[in-house]
Amino acid sequence: MTLPLPQTFRTGDTPLPDIVILTHKLTRAYDMGGEVVRALQGVSIQIRKNEYVAVMGPSGSGKSTLMNLIGCLDTPTSGEYWLNGQKVSDLVDDELARIRNKEIGFVFQTFNLLPRANALHNVELPLIYAGHGARERRAQAARALERVGLGDRMEHRPNELSGGQRQRVAIARALVNDPSILLADEPTGNLDSTTSAEIMAVFRDLHRQGQTIVMVTHEHDIAAHAARVVTLRDGLIASDQLQAA
Amino acid sequence: MPVFEALRLALQTIRAQKLKSGFSLLGVFIGVASLIGAWSIVNGVNRYMTEKFAQTLFGVNTFQLRRRPMFTPNVPDSVWRAWARRPRIRFSDAEALSDGFTVPVVTAWQSSENNTVSYRDKQARDIELTAASERYFEIKNLRLATGRAFTAQENRSGAAVAVLGDAVAQRLFVDRAPLGRNVRIGGMTYRVIGVVEKQGSVLGFPLDRFVVVPALSPAQNLVNPPGILDAFLVKARTEPEMRLAMDQAEGIMRSRRHLRPRQDDNFALDTSEGVQRFWAGISRILVVVLPGVVVVSLVIGGIVIMNIMLMSVAERTREIGLRKSLGARRRDVLRQFLAESAAIATVGAAFGVVAGIALTFLIAAASPLPASVSPVSIVLGVVMGAGVGVVAGVYPASRAARLDPIAALRQE
Repeated sequence: MTLPLPQTFRTGDTPLPDIVILTHKLTRAYDMGGEVVRALQGVSIQIRKNEYVAVMGPSGSGKSTLMNLIGCLDTPTSGEYWLNGQKVSDLVDDELARIRNKEIGFVFQTFNLLPRANALHNVELPLIYAGHGARERRAQAARALERVGLGDRMEHRPNELSGGQRQRVAIARALVNDPSILLADEPTGNLDSTTSAEIMAVFRDLHRQGQTIVMVTHEHDIAAHAARVVTLRDGLIASDQLQAA
Repeated sequence: MPVFEALRLALQTIRAQKLKSGFSLLGVFIGVASLIGAWSIVNGVNRYMTEKFAQTLFGVNTFQLRRRPMFTPNVPDSVWRAWARRPRIRFSDAEALSDGFTVPVVTAWQSSENNTVSYRDKQARDIELTAASERYFEIKNLRLATGRAFTAQENRSGAAVAVLGDAVAQRLFVDRAPLGRNVRIGGMTYRVIGVVEKQGSVLGFPLDRFVVVPALSPAQNLVNPPGILDAFLVKARTEPEMRLAMDQAEGIMRSRRHLRPRQDDNFALDTSEGVQRFWAGISRILVVVLPGVVVVSLVIGGIVIMNIMLMSVAERTREIGLRKSLGARRRDVLRQFLAESAAIATVGAAFGVVAGIALTFLIAAASPLPASVSPVSIVLGVVMGAGVGVVAGVYPASRAARLDPIAALRQE
């Protein structure tokens, strides 16, 4: 069961203005010591602004590969990827870095905070690479931390914070550049159920504030928080459906 | 990422990993410290040689007529024997030169030999007894601390008067006034008429252990056979005039000795250049050895830094992956790690500068070698240190910059 695509896309077209993510027949093959592994075999997906999408699938289904492509950490073997009206599938390394910096906010399973830096500095990082001045960075980072309810923990280092607080610092870091999409990879994978609920509440609030969220997970009860679930199997979309909130 | 951010980050990392950074900056530290230490010694001796020794002690625009050159490094035996066969400089040579100069010069006779000077029961041994004419003091820049030098009249008449070096006066008279007292020099009685200001020492050789008496006074027989001089000193007003006087001296001496045009001079005209050339020979050895030591320690320092940086890149693969995922471009990562290795090396160099200066003063205090820290060596030390850091950082940093963010993020 698959939703109809909002737009019948052909090579040479440009996406509709409200479509943030558009992939067209996206494939990705790896050369694993002479053997070609086709991780994605033609994925076409379209995500509108302010959608909340969960990507599911068993391991080996290609969800990590899709996640890396959507996150501009990787480039496809063939097909097109449009992000926020810009074709990014044929950009080179440093251009992709710029897209990651401006358009994408990553949230990782293992938080990936710098252990020696305090919360504020961790959140500042994307702004450093965006080339903002120190004063502006601090103000913006502080606002982002307040948005996730950590206004009173700015000077704390990661090891002085709980798991949920660490993930909220990571979310603040993802949001600080005001990205087109929030891209979360198993955001609750390292958290207990209470803390997971807390993080899901943060995601829900962000979604209500208009944030587009794409979240990779293998847990059904986490995916249940999303408004739309895309399931991959063997490098292809197996199902794509809306669900009641 | 701006350079400033990269630098701040680098210093943070160094602070956080003190021990590791300490080891990695050791090589550069040693290199820079030895550079500054050795350079300072060479520089100090150089300055000493040109300013004090050559200019003051030898005399500005001064040359000496001698049987053979005074400072002669590495002379083969055959040359030495040839020098020993040369005729000596005679009083008559000196008089002929004095009459022959057409440029205004000041001249003095000089003959020296070690002897013992005594006052009552006190003795000063191994004193350089110099029989000289009255302008000797002027040419040698010897100023009197007390009393006076002898006069031309006293010189001609061979008066038994003596001018003492500071160390001799101290040894014989302790805190009694030396003026007017009679000392004995080789069995002859001399009256002390002056004491020369303290001269200190050069390269550990004391310069105050001397007595000067008139060239024609009785003690002349203690220093040379009758009618023979060690040196005839000529001081001109300017360098060109000195050259002219040297040409004239050479001409006069050649004709007095009946040398044919193709025969070499059988006498030496020494200038302070001769002394400086002697020193330059020694310092050239240092100048060759010194960069070797410095280069070796800087290369080792660079290799150490490169290894530590490679380790650091491996350890921080995940951090690099994260930074890339947050938008760090290759050049941002490159700059971060270059700044780090440059900062490590610069900190090492800075410590090296401090240690090098301390070493210099230590050597200057513990040995007779004069030392003078040259600002150029400090600048060069820091620049070379930082340069080593940058060069050593290039390979690790470019490896970091080329890391694939996906693989880097997956690393444990």
